[in-house]
Amino acid sequence: MPLLEHRFEDGFVVTSLDHAINWGRQASLWPMTFGLACCAIEMMAVGGPRYDIDRFGAGAFRATPRQADLMIVAGTVNLKMAERVRRLYDLMPEPKFVIAMGACTCGGGPYYKYGYNVVKGVDLVVPVDVYVPGCPPRPEALLEGLMRIQDKVKKMRTLARGEAEPLVPARTGSVKLPEEYSTPAATFDYLKDTKERAKPAKA
Amino acid sequence: MTLSETIALLQETFGPAISSAKPDAIDPFVIVVSHRLVEVCTFLRDDPRMRFDLLNNISGVDYLEPDAKKLAKAGFDPHVEVVYHVSSFSRPRSRFTLKVMLPRWKGDVPGELPEVPTVSGVWPTADWHEREVFDLVGVRFLGHPDPRRILMSDDWVGHPLRKDYEFPLEYHDIRCR
Repeated sequence: MPLLEHRFEDGFVVTSLDHAINWGRQASLWPMTFGLACCAIEMMAVGGPRYDIDRFGAGAFRATPRQADLMIVAGTVNLKMAERVRRLYDLMPEPKFVIAMGACTCGGGPYYKYGYNVVKGVDLVVPVDVYVPGCPPRPEALLEGLMRIQDKVKKMRTLARGEAEPLVPARTGSVKLPEEYSTPAATFDYLKDTKERAKPAKA
Repeated sequence: MTLSETIALLQETFGPAISSAKPDAIDPFVIVVSHRLVEVCTFLRDDPRMRFDLLNNISGVDYLEPDAKKLAKAGFDPHVEVVYHVSSFSRPRSRFTLKVMLPRWKGDVPGELPEVPTVSGVWPTADWHEREVFDLVGVRFLGHPDPRRILMSDDWVGHPLRKDYEFPLEYHDIRCR
């Protein structure tokens, strides 16, 4: 900043264009009015004044996919609905984000084994950005899901080139995993090793 | 008119069309021969002593024990039942149950759905109930005005609430299992 310091009036801010775009974009994620089952009730609670998703700029539930940036898949997706979900996703303009809300959308939930008509996770139909587990998730959990989407938006590169920076959960904090769980491969090795060691010694 | 009187009157009026009755069950019922079902139902609706003008529910039940170990204790032969629950507005708290026994497959040929005449001409409510039973249990209702599936999509294969139903591996490129 020294090059540009004291050259402009007070209140004049200099930033990178990407940063400015992301700053605006992350605070105006418009979700689609779209509820499939009981999780939708919890999503409405998030939209209401007690939890108030509007504090994060995502309160403008749009009635058409053409105006929406965020699809909150709230509720059990059955096979008949899956095609409609996919079509709604395709109708949304880029950039678009998907939150899978609830156990059913994350992976079939209670219908995993005997639900003959339930899609075993909405990620089989549309690409999912953030999974919010729970049956149904607390409103706070959905808000955290939204914040994770915002973290993702913050690192988006519309104009700049190069490798994307790693995601940092800025608003919600994160857990630093111990060394043995740091990567999926390390986790696998560690668990295998633990299992080996837990085996009873042969008599 | 009590339930046992109702059963007695039906047996008296229709004779062999009522193949058996169970007045001491929690829900006393009669079993009707399928080809005279419409006749019995019309009588139940129109006779001044009966006046069962409301059809509450139609359900299909698949009696099959897929587990060979439990088969000896099952206590039934494989068959499909269609159960009709009726009640009356003009005689409050009066209810009645009819059952129709069907083979699991028509002529024991797997894939050929068993058939029963529709009662949607007697109670219009039966229209959607029969579509549901057709969709999930696989019973064909002869003379039904709109015999399509109601819950599953039109191109679905099989009837999911049959005990020997196998889940599809894939439906429209979506993995199902």
